Formats: sequence, structure tokens, C-alpha cells
Amino acid sequence: MSEQNQQHEQEHHIVSPVIYMIILLALLVGTALTVLASYFDLGEWHVAPGLTLFWNPVVALAIATTKMMLVVLFFMHVKYSTKLTKLTVAAGLFTFLVLVGMTLADYFTRAWGRW
Amino acid sequence: MWLFLLTEVMFFGGLFTAYLIMRNWYYQAFVDASHQLSIFWGTANTAVLICSSFTMAMSVWSAEVRRRKSLLVYLCLTVVFGLAFLGIKGIEWHEKWEKHHVPGMRYSVQSFIDPQSDPEVYKEYKDAALAPDAAQKTEEYFFLYFAMTGMHALHMVIGIGILVFMIFRAKAGAYTTGHVTFVENFGLYWHFVDIIWIYLFALLYLISRH
Repeated sequence: MSEQNQQHEQEHHIVSPVIYMIILLALLVGTALTVLASYFDLGEWHVAPGLTLFWNPVVALAIATTKMMLVVLFFMHVKYSTKLTKLTVAAGLFTFLVLVGMTLADYFTRAWGRW
Repeated sequence: MWLFLLTEVMFFGGLFTAYLIMRNWYYQAFVDASHQLSIFWGTANTAVLICSSFTMAMSVWSAEVRRRKSLLVYLCLTVVFGLAFLGIKGIEWHEKWEKHHVPGMRYSVQSFIDPQSDPEVYKEYKDAALAPDAAQKTEEYFFLYFAMTGMHALHMVIGIGILVFMIFRAKAGAYTTGHVTFVENFGLYWHFVDIIWIYLFALLYLISRH
């Protein structure tokens, strides 16, 4: 084994099963919460004429994103990874949000001012 | 591996974006159509997949601490949970097939406008009738539903194939000698598929349920 490899082995962080168990419970609780929340009409917010924000999808997506973060940080070990991995993941998410955000901003505003 | 997953993010991202745009255009049809999905099976499947992610994480841990037996047990459990997920998905798809809700293969607008036209299906599900214009656009919803859950299921099938391969290799003593990279990278893939489902569940099943 080369020296570099040995060093890598020493740095390799082993996440304890206790943490995995806690994350599993948190994910199951999150699932229960999001299903429960979906049965209530959480109302809406009229931001501006023609622009209404419904709270149900906002809450569902917020819980889904929290679950996603738990999986990424702990199950996928990003919390314990190198800065390069963290940067790669963050850059990927950012690019994804820009692409989706820009596309949706275009489609959702095409009819604005036509009423 | 992360770079591969980023290309996957973009791939599924396209489907998610299409879904959001269509949902915005045909809002009522999407709300009505999403009410036809079973929250019970959707929730069960989410729990099953989260458990399979947990057993996969434990597989990686077993490889790291070099326990061959426990690695085999956790890999097998992951396969079992994965198959359970596909089984439940099969039950849900079968229901859509019975109800003529599969665009391009077995789809009829009539089944939405007048659910009682098929007495046997109606007896079981008691679906409410939809207005003709909304009924027509449910085809968009179910097209995206099958495209997204189908593509997700395909990822699961590929994943289960690789899991079975890893079980045979692990049986021969691989991965527990300090070389955990393959198991670790596969774990990343499996967790990624789990994340996609978390969002599919929220967007397809939950957001217009109330």
C-alpha cells in the first residue's frame, strides 16, 4: 500500500450506527409529519395580483428538503467529507436550483400583465 | 461518483421541472388526478425505501469495520426492502391499469368523466366524476406520473442488480479487507434514489391532498 493510501485510510471517518439509527428515526418522523400536514388546508398568501403562494406545497417541500439534507449529510457522509466533495455537492445543488428557478420564472410570468 | 450523481440530478430535474410547469398550467386536472393515488401505499413505500437506505448505510459501516457476516445480512436486507418497494409500486401501477389510467397504453377519458361506466372498477374505488376538460388533462398528469415513477423504478432495478452482484462478491470475501470504495459509492447511488423518491412522494402524492 502506498503512503498516500495509508494516509487516506487513516482519514477515513467511520460514522457510527447510532447516528444512522437517529437519522432513520428522524426520516420516519418527517414522513409521518408531511403526510399529516397534507391532510390540512394550510391556506394561501396573495403576494400580488396573479401571484398566490399556497402553503401546502411549501410545507411539503420544506420537509422533503430537510429529509434530503439529513440523507446527504449523514447517510452520504458529506458532513464528514473533504471540502472538495462539499463544494461539488453544493455547486451541483446551486446549478440545479438556478436552472429550475430560471425556467419556472419564465413559464410562470408569461401571462403577466395580460389581464 | 458525485459527478455522476450530479448528471442524474439534472436528468431527474428536467422531469421535475416539466411536472411543475404542467401542474401550473393544468392545475385543477393535476389536483383531481393526484387524489387518485393511494396515500397509504405511498407512505408505506416511503418508509420501506428509507429503511432500505438505512440498511445500505449499515452495509457501508459493516464493510468499514470489516464484518463480512453483517455486511451480507445488511446487503440482503437492502435487496428485500428494494423488492418490497417495487412490489408496492407494482400494486399501484396495476390499479392504474385496471382503471384505464395508463396514457399511451390503456387510457380512457371516459373513465374519469364517468367512473360508473365500469361498474366493477367503480365498486372498488368509488371515484368522483371529473369535468370533461379536467378529465382530458389528467392524461398529462399520469404521463408524468409514469415517466417519473417508472424512471425511478428503473434505477431501483439497476440498483438491486448491483446489490446482488455485491452480495456474491462479499460472500467471496470482498469489501471487508479495507477496500470499501465500491460499497461506499454504491451507497451514494442508493441514497440518491431514495432522495428522488422523497421528492416524488411530496410532489405527486401530497401537495394537493387536503
